[in-house]
Amino acid sequence: MTLVLNEEQLMLQESAAGFLASKATVAHLRGLCDSGDELGFDPAVWREMVDMGWAGIAVPEAYGGLGYGYTGLGVVLEQAGRHLSASPLEASVLIGATAINCLGTESQKADWLAAIAAGEKQVTLALQETGAFDPLAVASTAVQDGDDFVLTAEKRMVLDAQSADAFVVIARSSGAAGDTDGLSAFLVPADAAGLSRARCDMVDSRQCGVVTLDGVRVSADALMGSAGDAWAALERTLDIAAIGLAAEMLGLSLEAFERTMAYIRERKQFGQVIGSFQGLQHRAAHLFAELELARSIVLKALQAVDANDENLSRLASAAKAKLCEVARLASNEGIQMHGGVGMTDEYDIGLFLKRARVLEHLMGDYYYHLDRFARIGGY
Amino acid sequence: MTEIDTFRQETREWLEANCPESMRQPVSGFEDIYTGGRRPEIDIPEQPLWCERMAERGWTVPHWPKEYGGGGLSGEEVKVLREEMDRIGARRPLDSFGISMLGPALLKFGSEEQKLEHLPPICRGEIRWCQGYSEPSAGSDLASLATRADDQGDHYLINGQKVWTSYADKADWIFCLVRTDNTGSKHEGISFVLFDMDQPGVTAKPIRLISGSSPFCETFFDDARADKRNLVGEEGQGWTIAKYLLTHEREMISAFGTAGGKSLGKTAVELMGADAEGRLRNGILRQDIAQYQLDTLAFSATMERVGDEVKAGQGLGPASSIFKYYGTELNKRRNELNLAVGGEAALGWSGERYNDGNVVRSFLRSKGNSIEGGTSEVQLNIVAKRVLGLPDA
Ligand SMILES: Cc1cc2nc3c(=O)[nH]c(=O)nc-3n(C[C@H](O)[C@H](O)[C@H](O)COP(=O)(O)OP(=O)(O)OC[C@H]3O[C@@H](n4cnc5c(N)ncnc54)[C@H](O)[C@@H]3O)c2cc1C
Ligand SMILES: Cc1cc2nc3c(=O)[nH]c(=O)nc-3n(C[C@H](O)[C@H](O)[C@H](O)COP(=O)(O)OP(=O)(O)OC[C@H]3O[C@@H](n4cnc5c(N)ncnc54)[C@H](O)[C@@H]3O)c2cc1C
Repeated sequence: MTLVLNEEQLMLQESAAGFLASKATVAHLRGLCDSGDELGFDPAVWREMVDMGWAGIAVPEAYGGLGYGYTGLGVVLEQAGRHLSASPLEASVLIGATAINCLGTESQKADWLAAIAAGEKQVTLALQETGAFDPLAVASTAVQDGDDFVLTAEKRMVLDAQSADAFVVIARSSGAAGDTDGLSAFLVPADAAGLSRARCDMVDSRQCGVVTLDGVRVSADALMGSAGDAWAALERTLDIAAIGLAAEMLGLSLEAFERTMAYIRERKQFGQVIGSFQGLQHRAAHLFAELELARSIVLKALQAVDANDENLSRLASAAKAKLCEVARLASNEGIQMHGGVGMTDEYDIGLFLKRARVLEHLMGDYYYHLDRFARIGGY
Repeated sequence: MTEIDTFRQETREWLEANCPESMRQPVSGFEDIYTGGRRPEIDIPEQPLWCERMAERGWTVPHWPKEYGGGGLSGEEVKVLREEMDRIGARRPLDSFGISMLGPALLKFGSEEQKLEHLPPICRGEIRWCQGYSEPSAGSDLASLATRADDQGDHYLINGQKVWTSYADKADWIFCLVRTDNTGSKHEGISFVLFDMDQPGVTAKPIRLISGSSPFCETFFDDARADKRNLVGEEGQGWTIAKYLLTHEREMISAFGTAGGKSLGKTAVELMGADAEGRLRNGILRQDIAQYQLDTLAFSATMERVGDEVKAGQGLGPASSIFKYYGTELNKRRNELNLAVGGEAALGWSGERYNDGNVVRSFLRSKGNSIEGGTSEVQLNIVAKRVLGLPDA
């Protein structure tokens, strides 16, 4: 395999760039934020994205998707990262659909994937329970009762919880926190009795919620796969999600960098543009180098998903750790090189910093993934 | 079987039959690589034989055209050859400045006669070259070089001093930047000439490095003679050629950044122990190692991507401008970690117990990576100006 985008992916990149630059920009995000929008995204814009096929890019053709694979989806997410475009692309397309495809039964896939690809339904993952991302720490319970399961959980960082039609809920049917055995996944409709969701306002103006399952009773056909065996498929889901988010962080970092370069080419102090000072030039050049590394590791990881690479976890953690590091550097340098105006709400650069920190946390931050990368490396 | 499969099969068989056992061991360091020349340094008796066998097939420089002593192989065939050599752990038979630096410049700028005269001896490892660029007052600011070449009709007389000339005392010929004109801008009067080091007007004095070895010299020219037919390109075109050659030099140096070999993390676990979950006991060192391994992975992926972009006809992208900077900084980080992981054993300077100070000498030598071939700061200047378009102060 060669480490370049193919024809199809390049076209997708171009059309995504064009669409998002006009329909889902930073200014649109500000509008949603200022109006206190309940959903945190514009359903009309989402509809257009769906009409272009984006919701089904990575969904297999057999289930009503385009079957372009994750490299294609990654290309679109990268563009979304550039514009801080708010939509259910992450929650429902990258994560929800992937969870169903990896974890779900034949009939769950048949029922849900086509509906997600058609934009008729949204599904999101309800996993995280503590402040830190730590999937094995899941302690919420799924107790079998006859043919049913009774779920008790409080889940945080549930992306687009408000607009979800169903949740992929991870709970323990056996074992204890820390075990890989005993984790089970359930596809729970949002209107299930005992399920409630609370809207949480995060720093990046996007929606994610707390979902509470207070003895929610689901029948056995809500179980995804077999009880207690979810880990392998969940891990693959999380790897893919981390890689997709890394692609989004790449776009965010590149955009923050380019805006900053544009600023320091214009802003004058001491009678010259500040971009002429070597104190800034070397840092900018170093950041450029890191961004080039970031591009490469993201593309390699995306391709590894599509190629069913057996080292996926290693590449997923490499990509997410590297992009956490680079996004942090790019957003911090962005503020610093803007000087005082970088601290103002009026300038957009601060919005990149905010979104960067949320993306860093989602699906595991720098420390989580660098630790995992080392563990996989045998040390 | 496709053509490339046939090629692979034949290559495999040939290598099996012709690569001496002793040439299937990894090189232990820089100094262990066979560089050929009139007075070759031979560490292992089979080195010249292995070089000769490979040279007969043009495989010392497999990607160069056949008429100049290369193998005339396609990119794909070169890759297969490398893979098959790696498979049995075969060493590269020959490595030299002739291959990595002068050759590419001659292929692009040399006349047909120059190519026919100089390239085949490079491929056969018969002539070893050194690089006469830097001078005491012309380091980063290379274009301010002052070594003079006076026109004597059919030859030039060369006077001046070079410094940091790697292997000048061991090399047979030099590719040298000289000033043929003082009137225009400093870049304009520079020419690129080749001459034999074995003549009375040339003196090379080795300089001892912090690593204890003396790979480079002060080189003095006192009426040294260069035939005019060995002027490459036009008079005054030297700067263009020099810069082109530097891109190849930087490429070679940045490859250190992809250093394979045994995982540093695993070595650290063996030497320093792990906790119950197999994590290296010192979590802070572990983080440094992981960050280094991560950056190495991402850097290698970047070299791969840039190569693939070229093959896909997208041209050499701006990412290539970071290779020298990033690769050498990575190599320095690796060497720092080697010391941290090795502890006492890594600090030994001589004797069998310390493998003649291999680890620490390599550490010391690595500091030069971000200086030679253009310093890290100069590389960052180039990225800032050429790639990012930031203005001069
Ligand atoms: C929270 C906050 C509170 C403040 N409170 C006050 C206050 O109470 N009163 C007041 O008067 N001011 C105040 N300031 C303004 C502050 O002093 C200026 O923001 C600061 O001096 C930088 O100037 P600038 O914003 O114009 O940035 P610029 O000078 O435009 O700098 C932009 C970037 O260029 C870099 N740069 C500039 N020149 C050089 C150079 N020669 N070499 C290398 N890099 C260079 C800077 O380091 C920075 O990274 C405040 C600022 C902030 C953020
Ligand atoms: C191991 C080794 C092998 C070498 N082999 C050869 C060889 O075979 N042939 C040959 O011709 N040369 C060779 N060199 C020389 C090498 O090319 C020079 O050392 C190098 O170009 C730097 O020049 P300098 O040593 O004069 O340092 P200087 O140019 O004096 O630099 C000193 C410091 O100042 C910094 N600096 C200089 N200019 C700037 C600037 N504009 N902005 C910011 N910082 C700046 C540098 O980055 C450096 O940190 C070798 C060097 C080494 C270390």
